[in-house]
Amino acid sequence: MATYLLRRIGFGVLIIWAAFTAAWLILFFLPGDAVAAAGVDTSDPAALEARREALGLNRPWYVQYVAALFGAVRGDFGVTVGTGEPVSQIIARSLPNTLELVGVALVFALIIGLVVGIASVYPRAAWLRGLLSALPPIAISLPSFWLGLLLLQAFSFGLGWFPAYNTGTFASIVLPALSLAITTGAYLAQVLASSLRIEMASAYAEQVRAKGATRPRIVFGHALRGAALPSLNMVGILVAGMLGGTVVTETVFSRNGLGRELIGAVESSEISVVLAIVTIAALVFVVINLLVDFVTPLIDRRIALTGKVAA
Amino acid sequence: MASRIRIVPMLAAAVLALTGCAASTTTTSSGDATTPQTGGTLVYGLPDDLGCIDPQQVSSNDAIVMSKPLVASLTWQNPDTGEIEPWLASSWEINDESTEFTFHLADGASYSDGTPVDAASVKANFDSILEMGAVAVLGARYTTGLESVETPDDMTVQLTFASPRGDFLQASASQALGMISTESTKKSQADRCAGDFAGSGPFALDRYEPDTIAVLKGRKDYAWAPPSVENQGAPYLDELRFAVIPESSTLTGTLLSNQIQASNNISARDQEIFSERGFELNNRANPGQVYGFLVNFDSTVGKDPAVRQALMHAIDRDAVNSLLTPNDRPATSVLSDTTPLYNDVSDEFAYDVDLANQLLDEAGWELGADGVREKDGERLSFTLDYWQPTGDALQLIQQQFKDIGVDMQLKQTTVAQQTGTIGDGSRALWWVNSTRADPSAMSSLIGPNALFNENRPDTSIDEALQRIDEISDPEQRQEAVDEAVALILEQGAVIPVMQLSTTIVSSPTTHGITFDASSRVDFASAWTEQ
Repeated sequence: MATYLLRRIGFGVLIIWAAFTAAWLILFFLPGDAVAAAGVDTSDPAALEARREALGLNRPWYVQYVAALFGAVRGDFGVTVGTGEPVSQIIARSLPNTLELVGVALVFALIIGLVVGIASVYPRAAWLRGLLSALPPIAISLPSFWLGLLLLQAFSFGLGWFPAYNTGTFASIVLPALSLAITTGAYLAQVLASSLRIEMASAYAEQVRAKGATRPRIVFGHALRGAALPSLNMVGILVAGMLGGTVVTETVFSRNGLGRELIGAVESSEISVVLAIVTIAALVFVVINLLVDFVTPLIDRRIALTGKVAA
Repeated sequence: MASRIRIVPMLAAAVLALTGCAASTTTTSSGDATTPQTGGTLVYGLPDDLGCIDPQQVSSNDAIVMSKPLVASLTWQNPDTGEIEPWLASSWEINDESTEFTFHLADGASYSDGTPVDAASVKANFDSILEMGAVAVLGARYTTGLESVETPDDMTVQLTFASPRGDFLQASASQALGMISTESTKKSQADRCAGDFAGSGPFALDRYEPDTIAVLKGRKDYAWAPPSVENQGAPYLDELRFAVIPESSTLTGTLLSNQIQASNNISARDQEIFSERGFELNNRANPGQVYGFLVNFDSTVGKDPAVRQALMHAIDRDAVNSLLTPNDRPATSVLSDTTPLYNDVSDEFAYDVDLANQLLDEAGWELGADGVREKDGERLSFTLDYWQPTGDALQLIQQQFKDIGVDMQLKQTTVAQQTGTIGDGSRALWWVNSTRADPSAMSSLIGPNALFNENRPDTSIDEALQRIDEISDPEQRQEAVDEAVALILEQGAVIPVMQLSTTIVSSPTTHGITFDASSRVDFASAWTEQ
């Protein structure tokens, strides 16, 4: 089991390194000059050069890469070119907001996924199952900014139940979290429903049905446990998707966070900030997947942490 | 002007249309709209604060709106007359050379940490602004050449400049030279950005979350308002909040649904809807240099005086203006009409396509097969980079230039990208403006030490601009301004187009939000119906 853990963690580190390196290379060879963008007097080549020197931007690219990599390992992503603020400080300020948003959104998504997923399999009436099964594909195809504006329109501008901007209260996180959760929850519902159908049609379900088990008992007592696994395995990818979604959601709902920092950093050519955010996103993705790996055997005892399915 | 994020412009209209029914119930006016009421909270919407609330460090319009209520300045510029009046300083003297400024401080003013506004604290402010250097963008510009700050007595401050600074008295009215307590000047730049300072203004900071919200409390002990301001006592408002709302349709929706009560960032397109619903629209042109083209004299398009004059006469400014809000006015000089010492010289660059074409014909620029004029193998074709939210106006001007055979391609960039190309000589024209309630606004854009490098062959304009900065006497200054403007237009160094203006949209129950002389928003007399 220890070997398995180490291998998974090692693999995770590899993913973070790859994401960091790919982002670094792309950003490095992209045109644009943050030093010039930061308002340093460009008519004075000496001043520009001095600023580049101070930031270490005149060293060969591989030296800069290795320095950046070792810095990142220590959690040091350097300082911004514009204000000289440490990048880690920007991350420390915006990461909690984004994690809070994505965390609440994940809870909402799980609830939506469970309720809709089960509801689209549970009813005996075929027309009702068909109707409920049609909901997730519709939700998935909605652009998230549009969904966000619709939610704002209905529940904030219209009914006035929730504030439209970040007032620091829990109420102000509900709508942005929902706008992230609806699409994500719909994915979960789809996967859960199709796994449930497979489980319900399987031999063991036939057997418990033959023994006289009620429909609720078959669904909640037996099928759901087996059907939950494929959905759980998706959580890593879905969280990564929600992190990406914050770029739009945080703007529409006026929340400060990684997504909005990313837009600002791209606009002002703050490469180090972009790099840090990409790396953090990869880190979150890896950690979630590791957690999923560890939780899986708790749900399905047939899976042991050896990487193989036990006999 | 801050850049706006507008994700779905078309949808915004739909959202607005739907919002109407809901919002109408929340905005009915009930009380008396003329007698100010004390108390209550006003929430003001801004698209961006750039993460800093220190009035001495910020330079963007929105960050200035948010940080300005926290400080009082040595002087106050009357928005109606442009005159400099007492504020923290009750009187002042300027020597004949405009190099020595002596301010006598008024008694009774204090910082929000309880310490008095005295000469030592004012000196500490100037020392710290000098020390911050370029970080205090505006302050650094205003204090260029400041050699010494003396305090002959407890309530007198004497500033000495190395060279004449005719524009400094006006600068002393700016929020960038607003006063904070001695203790505050010792804090780090980052701490001050985060709000760790005590100011001298009508409001004190209670809480600030960068890019999210700022909560300001009215100071009950504030009793040193400039004499010409309506509210002579403490601010009427208990609390003034700034909510940062980057998406423009969200901003519009929050204002319509009364979650915020005012904003100066409502798009021209949406303003009409507010006007129909009984919201108050208060518009004022920004003083300073108008929006226009700054010409690079080294480029194909810019090197021929005839082409520069032709471009000047090719722009139909009334047509461009019709794209803006109903309150906007076309440019009538290099300076906007709210700038002190402005004069209307619109006759110098009146719209006249025939004249423009004639000028180009005479100069030997012949129409090519593709409708673009050329001469000796060079074509009147160039690309204009712009980052400002003025795309509509530029597209119209593009058409108007086409009518005289000049091809202007438009390329939207970011501030960062544009700044990166300044000085490399690759651009023919720049699209610029500058806000300051003083004619010296021109020198910061096109003067001898300006960021833009226009490669003008002689120094006549530079010298004329320098004279404006050197003279304090209003009459002599007026002459210098008129001369500089005339020279700029004669040489075609700047092609004026339109005035930038600010429109405050406020809910029917909100009153008294006014403009200061620089067209920044002022909350000292603001109040809400309870």
